[in-house]
Amino acid sequence: MVTFNKKKFRFSDWLAEKVIKAVAFLSIAVVILIFIFVFREAFPIFRMDKKTAVSTETLVQESYGSEGTVNAVDKSADNQVDNSNKKQIATDKPSATLLSNTWMPVSDNPRFGLWPLFLGTLKVTLIALLFAAPISILAAIYTAMFAKPRIREVIKPVIELLAGFPSVVIGFFALMVMATVLQNIFGYASRLNAFVGGIAMGLAAIPIIYTLTEDALTAIPKTYIEASLGLGASRRQTAFYVILPAAVPGIFAAVVLGLGRIFGETMIALMATGNAAMISMNPFDSVRTLSATIGAEMAEVVFGDTHYNVLFLIGSLLFIFTFALNALAEFYFKNVVVRKYQSRK
Amino acid sequence: MNRNIKDTIVEGITGICVLMIIFIIVSILVITIIGGWPNLNWAFLSEFPREGMTKGGIFPAIVGTAIMTIIMAVAAVPFGVITAIYLAEYANEKSVIAKTIRFAVKTLAVVPSIIFGLFGLGFFIGFVGKNLDSLLSGGELRWAQPNILWASLTMALLTLPVVIVSVEEAIRTIPRDMREASLALGATKWQTIRKVVLPGSLSGILTGTILAVSRGAGEVAPILFTGAVYFSSHLPHSLSDQFMSLGYHIYIMSTQSSNVDATQPIQFATTLVLLLLTFSLNAVAVVLRYRIRKRAK
Repeated sequence: MVTFNKKKFRFSDWLAEKVIKAVAFLSIAVVILIFIFVFREAFPIFRMDKKTAVSTETLVQESYGSEGTVNAVDKSADNQVDNSNKKQIATDKPSATLLSNTWMPVSDNPRFGLWPLFLGTLKVTLIALLFAAPISILAAIYTAMFAKPRIREVIKPVIELLAGFPSVVIGFFALMVMATVLQNIFGYASRLNAFVGGIAMGLAAIPIIYTLTEDALTAIPKTYIEASLGLGASRRQTAFYVILPAAVPGIFAAVVLGLGRIFGETMIALMATGNAAMISMNPFDSVRTLSATIGAEMAEVVFGDTHYNVLFLIGSLLFIFTFALNALAEFYFKNVVVRKYQSRK
Repeated sequence: MNRNIKDTIVEGITGICVLMIIFIIVSILVITIIGGWPNLNWAFLSEFPREGMTKGGIFPAIVGTAIMTIIMAVAAVPFGVITAIYLAEYANEKSVIAKTIRFAVKTLAVVPSIIFGLFGLGFFIGFVGKNLDSLLSGGELRWAQPNILWASLTMALLTLPVVIVSVEEAIRTIPRDMREASLALGATKWQTIRKVVLPGSLSGILTGTILAVSRGAGEVAPILFTGAVYFSSHLPHSLSDQFMSLGYHIYIMSTQSSNVDATQPIQFATTLVLLLLTFSLNAVAVVLRYRIRKRAK
């Protein structure tokens, strides 16, 4: 008997498959490496506490300055050289200042309060999202539902061109043009602020939200549209009462991914938000975002310094947040969409 | 009647949203062109900056961006193409490995660019560079500092998903019949990939490369502290040199130069150059992609 389906072993084939598989693992490896190396540089901030805690004690004791405490210092301290070096060092533990209200990394008593940065990021993100989400979703509805096919063929690529604008160009436009125009319209005090930055970052998010929403809308089965139109509903009613509800999970995923883009946007934040870390609820005040803080300060810090570690800590937070957003958009929303259709078909 | 009016109004509102977005895109383009065109001439493109950056051209920034994107493409494209081949040809869609790789690629696509900069600083400079130094030159500082190689590699990681997505899309448009014909003629899987799949996806590889180059040329955050400098009196002549880049030039000139107003024409002209560059690259990619999608139908 001759067996026809017996495969001949070929070394080149075997090797190719192994190599291709190994290379494909690179993407996973890179994500893991990013995790490890960004977190590794952030970690020392929590270990540093012990050392600085000693110096805090000696500082307090010496400031009361009686003979007894000097003796106590001599006895308690392991080596005096270390102590004398630490006299000028911060009176606060670096990690304890993380939750304070001031971000003053470069001073005699550096404070790494993250609240103003969180608040600033939140403010800008909210403004950007409130601007970008409605306009891009409505534009996507027009493109998918109302536009004639020939017009759609033009609109889609033109709006997607915006995705090709480098963020530094959008930032430059915001800094040079939008800031002045918006200030003339609204008449607020500081030229660069959360509002200008938010609108500019919204511009960066529009193509993402628009494209993904459009995809979600066109993915709805044609039979839905035909059934609705056949029952006598207008195109508007079909769009808003049939297509839109069915596409909600996809649109949510689009907004979430747009949010991720806004949250991590660095160059626009650096150029258009004014970069002042303060706690204020006024949308027309200058703000400093988390990502802009890394971008502005990393170049000037000492390698391995507390400030350096805190910036990596901010990076870790950004990474965790965008990672979680992506996982949410990927697993939760997509699964919801899939399940919905599988049960209806 | 009432319904018709409502229809018109709602359609009108959505249409206005489209017009607003297009208006913003057009005004960015027009204002950049108006501001940059008068200063855009051959001397501007071919000269070094002079008199404390207030005069002269942006030649080193153009060359720096070009070298950086070339190294980046050389690093990113092969890995991207191979990963795409794996995902489209070898991976079992339902296997955990394939799903994990897909998720990793998507994660890379959404991680903020500044995180890549941090990673480049922590991994390439602080880890690889440091160990290279102690291995090669006994601790003498050469690789453990920002340079064009680390910046390019950082950017390559950022653009990897762009390549993977375009190439995979192109591979998937190759008809099944062609693969089966090749296999039926006795070709092995690897031979089929080499002789049928890869030639068929050339346009996709090209699209991915172009999109990656355009993205890499425009990104600034990843190179902020991995290799870009404000001013360099010479072009980079080794991989361990720092470099000037168009995007970084725009950022520094518009926010931190000593005389922002005096250098405004330079800023606009540099922005115009960068915009024209990324714009034309994207336009080519859009046309290529359109042709791929047409084939798929």
